[in-house]
Amino acid sequence: MNLFHFLAQNHEQVLELTLEHLWLVGVSTLFAVLIGIPLGIVSAHWPVWNKPVLGAANIIQTIPSLALFGFLLPVPWLGDRADRLAILALTLYALLPVIRNTYTGIRGVDPAVVEAGRGMGLTDRQLLLQVELPLALSVILSGVRVAVVASVGLATIAAAIGAGGLGEFIFRGLAMVNNQLILAGAIPAAVLALSADFGLGWLEKRLRPR
Amino acid sequence: MEPNPANSPVIEFRDVAYALPTGQELLSGLNLQVQPGETLVLLGRSGSGKTTTLKLINRLLTPTGGEVRVNGVPNAKADVIRLRRSIGYVIQDVGLFPHFTVQRNIGLVPRIEGWPAERIHRRVKELLQLVGLEAPLASRYPHQLSGGQRQRVGVARALAANPAILLMDEPFGALDALTRDQLQREFHLLQQRLGKTVVFVTHDLREALRLGSRIALMEAGKLVTVLSPTEFLRSSDPLAAAYVQAFGDGLDSVTIRGAS
Repeated sequence: MNLFHFLAQNHEQVLELTLEHLWLVGVSTLFAVLIGIPLGIVSAHWPVWNKPVLGAANIIQTIPSLALFGFLLPVPWLGDRADRLAILALTLYALLPVIRNTYTGIRGVDPAVVEAGRGMGLTDRQLLLQVELPLALSVILSGVRVAVVASVGLATIAAAIGAGGLGEFIFRGLAMVNNQLILAGAIPAAVLALSADFGLGWLEKRLRPR
Repeated sequence: MEPNPANSPVIEFRDVAYALPTGQELLSGLNLQVQPGETLVLLGRSGSGKTTTLKLINRLLTPTGGEVRVNGVPNAKADVIRLRRSIGYVIQDVGLFPHFTVQRNIGLVPRIEGWPAERIHRRVKELLQLVGLEAPLASRYPHQLSGGQRQRVGVARALAANPAILLMDEPFGALDALTRDQLQREFHLLQQRLGKTVVFVTHDLREALRLGSRIALMEAGKLVTVLSPTEFLRSSDPLAAAYVQAFGDGLDSVTIRGAS
């Protein structure tokens, strides 16, 4: 039985696992953006916070993913459902690129533009929302893109704790020494990663200020 | 802001000092008054404290000693956002918002002040004409403009909400000689028409003589002297004399303000 045959025959399950995979990546990316952008803004505006925030996000990155899933397993409520666990872990990993790029993007705004805005009487909030964030947007988005692509790969490991996703095929294939099963998980995951990379890359280019 | 009684200074420095958090003093013992409708030029070399002086007026910097008053109100007591919106600010690097069109750049303060769209539109058109730009430029982005055009937009933007005070920090310093000459000429005419109170920073004596009704000479964080352009050329003050000498023969061709 070749791979295409397998995919065709199991298209319902492939679709289901792909959707699960997208759910894990999508929700964790959303959380990472909601937490990471404000943290990036804080570190860009108050240099005192820069080192602790980026340092913490960096440390999280160094924890091996399988170990992190394992560590979180006994936590109450979280441990009840594997997808909660997986989403938390993926969120934590996605934080660093989002925070770092938000920081870099805002610090990269031309100081003359900020000075002019301030001198004209923009409030801090107006300056942030109308000037700094729009000008930093493409840099922030490139951080999100890095996070998404890495998450698609990382999310396959979430199957190890039963969170579902395309990793199911991969782990099953590993256990059964079945390469086609492994590929049935790996190829759709790779396609997801590439499409996300391409789509977000396109958006990033569109938003880049001239 | 309360109305300004005639002939009382628009801007007043009372024994103002400014020091960095490290303790380094950038400005000390500054006493200076700017009268309504005059163009006061702050002249000095880099590090003399002229930009610091300018930024104390719209409170981009807060004095570490003394008091700055605008329209008789101490800056420390004023609402800083209102204060800044009542003062036009033009800087050498212009600082146009690169993601806004010319129209939006100019109309920003009116927009956040809640003017109706129709009034903003009219105002932008009026201002473009005032600073000598063609109307179709309104829909362009800053990167599509030349350096001179950009600075014209910078001036238009500063004038948008019709402030009585204009602060200009070497606005023509980064332009080529021809464009600079033209903009100085036009600005001088514009100023005669509008009668704003202008504080203008430069290190160029020719520019100072050409545009200033008075010249405040600064050196090492201190105000050395305040002179009219004609007085400046005859001054026995060693620093003023040094300036006149440094700019030398070129000064003959300068049209001194008020003397033409």
